[in-house]
Amino acid sequence: MIRLALRQFRTSAWTAVVGLVVVAAAVLATRPHLADAAAAARRACGSEPHCPALTAFALDNTAARTVFGLVVIVAPALIGAFWGAPLVAREFEAGTHRLVWAQSISRSRWLAVKLAVVGPATVVATALLSALVTWWAAPLDHAAAAVYGTFDQRDIVPIGYALFAFAFGVAAGLTIRRTLPAMAVTLAGLLAVRIVVTEWIRPLVVAPRVVSMPLDPDTTGYGWGGNILLGVGPSTLQPTTPDIPNAWIQSVRVVDAAGAPLTDQALKATCPTLGQGPRGPAGPVPEAVRQQMHDCVARIGEHHHEVVTYQPGDRYWTFQWWELALFVLLTALLCGYACYRLRRFRG
Amino acid sequence: MILETEALAKRYRRRWALRDCTLAVPEGAIVGLVGPNGAGKTTLLQLIVGLLPPTAGAVRVLGGTPDAAMRSGRVGFVAQDAPTYAGLTVADHLSLGAGLNPHRWDAAAARQRVERLGLPSGQRAGRLSGGQRAQLALTLALSKRPDLLVLDEPAASLDPLARRAFLDETVAATTATGTAVVLSTHLVADLAHTCTHLVVVAGGRIRLAEAIADPTELERVVLDELGRAEAA
Repeated sequence: MIRLALRQFRTSAWTAVVGLVVVAAAVLATRPHLADAAAAARRACGSEPHCPALTAFALDNTAARTVFGLVVIVAPALIGAFWGAPLVAREFEAGTHRLVWAQSISRSRWLAVKLAVVGPATVVATALLSALVTWWAAPLDHAAAAVYGTFDQRDIVPIGYALFAFAFGVAAGLTIRRTLPAMAVTLAGLLAVRIVVTEWIRPLVVAPRVVSMPLDPDTTGYGWGGNILLGVGPSTLQPTTPDIPNAWIQSVRVVDAAGAPLTDQALKATCPTLGQGPRGPAGPVPEAVRQQMHDCVARIGEHHHEVVTYQPGDRYWTFQWWELALFVLLTALLCGYACYRLRRFRG
Repeated sequence: MILETEALAKRYRRRWALRDCTLAVPEGAIVGLVGPNGAGKTTLLQLIVGLLPPTAGAVRVLGGTPDAAMRSGRVGFVAQDAPTYAGLTVADHLSLGAGLNPHRWDAAAARQRVERLGLPSGQRAGRLSGGQRAQLALTLALSKRPDLLVLDEPAASLDPLARRAFLDETVAATTATGTAVVLSTHLVADLAHTCTHLVVVAGGRIRLAEAIADPTELERVVLDELGRAEAA
């Protein structure tokens, strides 16, 4: 059985090898320049952490960094769609399950061997890809000092995503029995689970660190924030986020001494002119408006202060391991489901 | 008995594909299962080889459950349309047969059979003709030296000449080893030259099961039986 599984996986394996070679060539070709540029920027900066040379270095390479990051993000989806979904579904479509299940090998063993061939290949391929990209981007990541910004493109979590996508593809193929719909469902499922985990599960792993600070009248603004997918909040005071290197800022709120958030009524009562500035094209803010804003924040600041919750950069690996463990657990559940489904299979 | 079924029944959702099917196949028998399309032939064969679980009743193959019989490698099965792996070569198929049936695989016989039939061993199965594919699938089933061979419409994709040659060849291969055969077809003409026993299926029920006494009368017997099934 192992020979058949290897033989069936041969083309896919070669495709992965070619892809990895291309990425490795790109990494090896560009990495020396990147390292040189990083060293030059560090020399120019000396010991100063926030210097323009380092920022410019990071900005200059944003495009390449984004492209490599996308490769790592997309690879698990491709593995799920092209290795996972057809693994069983293609046999159903061609009717070859009726050939292979009529031999002296049980269905469970048949599936187990298939999983045992493609599963480790998934781990090796994504581990290599992630290691290459992580190594390539190390100087940039160091300069950008935002480890959580590239959390899902680096280190070990891509392995978890790929395993999950693979198992999801197999389970979808086994349930739907057609390759193309199974591929589509796999992509949708991976996207949905990744969003749910990123938005709602990941923040629960460790309780965030909390810091309080007075409102800064010079930098606090007024407006709204959020994103289109998850909704945009109402307009309110927007204090600047403190500059903590590598931190993942989870929330910035304005609260009173009792911890109650600043209400819209309280804000309007204290600063009646807020939000009634000149409308139209953006331009320099008139000095009078700037002064009004300053006074407003100063008055609010008498009773309110800013509370920031954040995850410090040194918890990065805790999050990486937790997320890997979560996706490996989901993978195990999906494999269990696939075995159950196979045993009950009719036709 | 090589194969026995007792009050075997299979229901797909709300439709009964097969009901109250009781059969016994003795050693060395070549049983022709005949009936119109949708009569329940494929369902019965898939129940025999354990691809389907029965809704009611029981199947005993080689004295045990279908699963156990399949695991022992003593049952050869060629499904409808003779599925093969389109991307694998003839040689690949032989090595998968050997790998999947480690205790019952006659590699020499498999190789000889492929050579004798002129199947190019480096050719991908997807590029073989329908007849060659059917022969390849049959080679996989025969090289296990099975005690029971189950063939679902094995000759359906072949032209009349190739069909006759294929069936004659199958009979020759199995009578030499004393293998029992159950094969389904919707062409009565296929049966007359090959089978020792006749089973007529229509509407999910067995209408007739008997040894073939007079091959020349076969067509009339089957058509009468199917006519009665229609009227009922």
